[in-house]
Amino acid sequence: MENLQLIIPELFISIMIMFLLIFGVFKKNSSQLVYNLTTISLVAALALIINLDAQIQSSLFNNSYNIDSLARFMKILLILSGIFVMLSSSKYIQISKISKIEYPILILCSILGMMVMISSNDLIVFYMGLELQSLALYVLASFNRDNLLSTESGLKYFVLSALSSGLLLYGCSLIYGFSETTNFNQIMVNTKEIEYGLTFGIVFILVGLAFKISAVPFHMWAPDVYQGSPTSVTVFFALLPKIAALTVFIRFLYIPFYELGDQWQMIIIFLSIASMVFGAVAAIGQKNLKRLIAYSSISHMGYALAGLSTGTTQGVQSSITYITIYLVMNLAFFSCLFMLKRNDEYYENIDDLSGLSKNHPLLSLSLLVVLFSLAGIPPLAGFFAKFYIFVAVINEKMYFLAIVGLLATVIAAFYYLRIIKIIYFDPEKEKFESKHNLGLKFTLVASTFFILAYFIYPSGIVDIISQININ
Amino acid sequence: MNFPILSSLILLPTIGALFIFFVRSSNSQYQSSKYVALFITLANFFLSLYLWIVFDKSIVDFQFVEEREWISGFVNYKVGVDGISILFILLTTFITPICVITVNATIKNRLKDFLIAILILETFMIGVFCSLDLVVFYLFFEAGLIPMFLIIGIWGGERRVYSAFKFFLYTLLGSVLMLVAIISIYWITGTTDVIKLYELGIDAKYQNLLWLAFFSSFAVKTPMWPVHTWLPDAHVEAPTAGSVLLAAILLKMAGYGFIRFSLGLFPDASLYFVPLVYTLSLIAIIYTSLVALMQEDMKKLIAYSSVAHMGFVTLGIFTMTQQGIEGSIFQMISHGLVSAALFLCVGVVYDRLHTRLINRYGGLVSIMPKYAIVFMVFTLGALGLPGTSGFIGEFLVLMGAFKKNILVATIASLGVILGAAYMLWLYKRIIFGKLINEDLKKMVDLKRFEIVTLWLLVLPIIFFGFYPEPLINSIEVSVANMIDINDLDKINKLALGD
Repeated sequence: MENLQLIIPELFISIMIMFLLIFGVFKKNSSQLVYNLTTISLVAALALIINLDAQIQSSLFNNSYNIDSLARFMKILLILSGIFVMLSSSKYIQISKISKIEYPILILCSILGMMVMISSNDLIVFYMGLELQSLALYVLASFNRDNLLSTESGLKYFVLSALSSGLLLYGCSLIYGFSETTNFNQIMVNTKEIEYGLTFGIVFILVGLAFKISAVPFHMWAPDVYQGSPTSVTVFFALLPKIAALTVFIRFLYIPFYELGDQWQMIIIFLSIASMVFGAVAAIGQKNLKRLIAYSSISHMGYALAGLSTGTTQGVQSSITYITIYLVMNLAFFSCLFMLKRNDEYYENIDDLSGLSKNHPLLSLSLLVVLFSLAGIPPLAGFFAKFYIFVAVINEKMYFLAIVGLLATVIAAFYYLRIIKIIYFDPEKEKFESKHNLGLKFTLVASTFFILAYFIYPSGIVDIISQININ
Repeated sequence: MNFPILSSLILLPTIGALFIFFVRSSNSQYQSSKYVALFITLANFFLSLYLWIVFDKSIVDFQFVEEREWISGFVNYKVGVDGISILFILLTTFITPICVITVNATIKNRLKDFLIAILILETFMIGVFCSLDLVVFYLFFEAGLIPMFLIIGIWGGERRVYSAFKFFLYTLLGSVLMLVAIISIYWITGTTDVIKLYELGIDAKYQNLLWLAFFSSFAVKTPMWPVHTWLPDAHVEAPTAGSVLLAAILLKMAGYGFIRFSLGLFPDASLYFVPLVYTLSLIAIIYTSLVALMQEDMKKLIAYSSVAHMGFVTLGIFTMTQQGIEGSIFQMISHGLVSAALFLCVGVVYDRLHTRLINRYGGLVSIMPKYAIVFMVFTLGALGLPGTSGFIGEFLVLMGAFKKNILVATIASLGVILGAAYMLWLYKRIIFGKLINEDLKKMVDLKRFEIVTLWLLVLPIIFFGFYPEPLINSIEVSVANMIDINDLDKINKLALGD
């Protein structure tokens, strides 16, 4: 029973899911209430996780579930982003008429699945978590069921994701076949010799994971799903699954397959280079902001993978730092997107931003900061994110990867600049509404301030992350 | 002395910008925000003047060094000045208030935002010149792109978007390789602290590649031929104040970088690449001078002349002689003053007639005599007439060059003649001749604030032309030390075979 204390956050969220489901069904018109309760229960879960010892290191349930510093940090990140997503999108959900009780409950389910993924130390537990989060996400993507694009994106995501899950499962079975165990630590012990089947297993698993973080060439679903889903779901897609998938990447690469580094390193480098370059080039022609941010996040995942490809602790830490800063930047970007509202309609084309700076100077300034940060221009937070990655990469003498990555930032800078150009240099259009709810404003101000002031004390986050124990 | 004077210099403009940002905007307060900006920049100027006075010119070490932990265990925030960097700081703080004074006439909309951009830019520019850590340097060097991009893009002319993009992407592309080099230096030597790196030195086998990476950034920023094409576009489209800052200070960052990093950190590689730099500099001097002759747009002409003048600077630096390097620094300061003044002069007539085409002007001497006088001084300064600061710089550079390579020096001297040709021809076409154009007759002579700004620039140009001692005095020891510790002389002698 001692063990149960460590998974109280997960248990708490499961209980809340069931409670809210029953509560929502029996109480009429309670969608807003359920939404608020969900936010509150996320805050409570956050408090429960923070309450855990920072240097904790224990495995539960026959060593299949890990509660360690990595899991703790990633879960804090996950739930914090979850809270901010809930805060910023509450108004959007009401206006786009998708405010139903299922919505927040599905989000909770998905977060629960991700928490299981983050902590998993066993192929089966991992797969269970993955499916829990994916199934919730399929429904969320098509939540605006009267909208053609939304339904399409849900279906597309479902079909492609099911395929990738199949590949992943096949990989798992291969690994099991060649190592006779599903436990990560045992796999490491049992796979000292390289066999072809094992390599295939690794490749299949990496393909499945690459799909989840939308790394090229498994990215095809991302732009359509990002564009089609309701924006409140898109921001969810852009933030939370990436945290979970990256953690799983770290776990797979650095526990069971650590000894087989020469098998997977080239694959990760390829995924990384392809994502960085493709994401940068493909975003240039986009007209829809959500679609553009999909390509931009593909490119950003490339950088996070570049850190992982080094095979060093420093590389992993740089990836975690990267994803942390990436979350804040995307949160700020989507908060800006939620503010582009006029007469109960949301605007999401780049042209709608035209001349925004004349009517909404503060909003434009935040967008300016966020976009320059996404482009990685100093002294904003985005620069430091890339800087840590390249420090780790160059330390391993992977100059080619570093130079390609930096050239990709120059290409990417072009399309970020294009948005800034439209905001600042183009003639103005009609005004947007300037009244927003407090949660949204708070999210935007907090994230913009983080990006802007990061350079004053850059070691803060790095110090926390450097205490994370990888294996 | 414990007062962090350099950090104050860096931070003061930002504080001013924040102040202007948070003061509520209304039309009546536009003026007050201008006075705030002027006050801040002037305070910064006097602060840096004080710094120059208390600076001990006889010591080779960096002074006023401040060091603070920044990225723990990796990079320290470290600033300090020696005789070279202090001059550039002084130039920056001198030019910025002049830019602030001129905004009245040139900036019609969003004055507040413009002032904020200029103040932030000043922070970054001062940061570049006094940072003593490679990462800190890179941070300031790159960050300057953001305000400049906005200055060109928001307040620029017709093709402002194209120019702003070109400026930004060219410079960014040049700089990313420098970042790789900086991180590599960290892994090779274990530090990015410039003073420590001077002591440690970098193994010769790495130097060539690292030098090239730094060169790619500085060459774009200088700009050297053939990557100079962003400069005319940026200059033409930028508002007057933007052009002034670009020509006077932003271009000097690269020249400063060449001296501080290329020569200082990679002396062997610098020697190895001397022929490359000589060739590019000579092409810049001759070719862009010829291009300047053909220009119909005043700003473009001055922009190309900047490229040619910066050719002298790079030539002088890589002669690696005391005279050559001193001449380059002097030339950079002088060019900072002269080109700033020339862009202001263009701004004066542009505000009245709204065209920069040379053939639309002519005969201005009869209606704008005061203008004709100051313009004359700046023209002569640009072509390097003895008695102006331009002469000292070019003379020293050529002297250094003659010591090393007579052929190179001879070709470079031709550039001086071409320089005289295009500047005098420009002057003739604008000021002399018959007053044909009807619009011109309505033009009024210099207003009071224009007289103030332009004469503020006339004075140092003539003063340093006759009495260069204060500047030379300031850089002498540092340059001698640079040559001494890196054995540039010895390397030179080996290379020459004596």
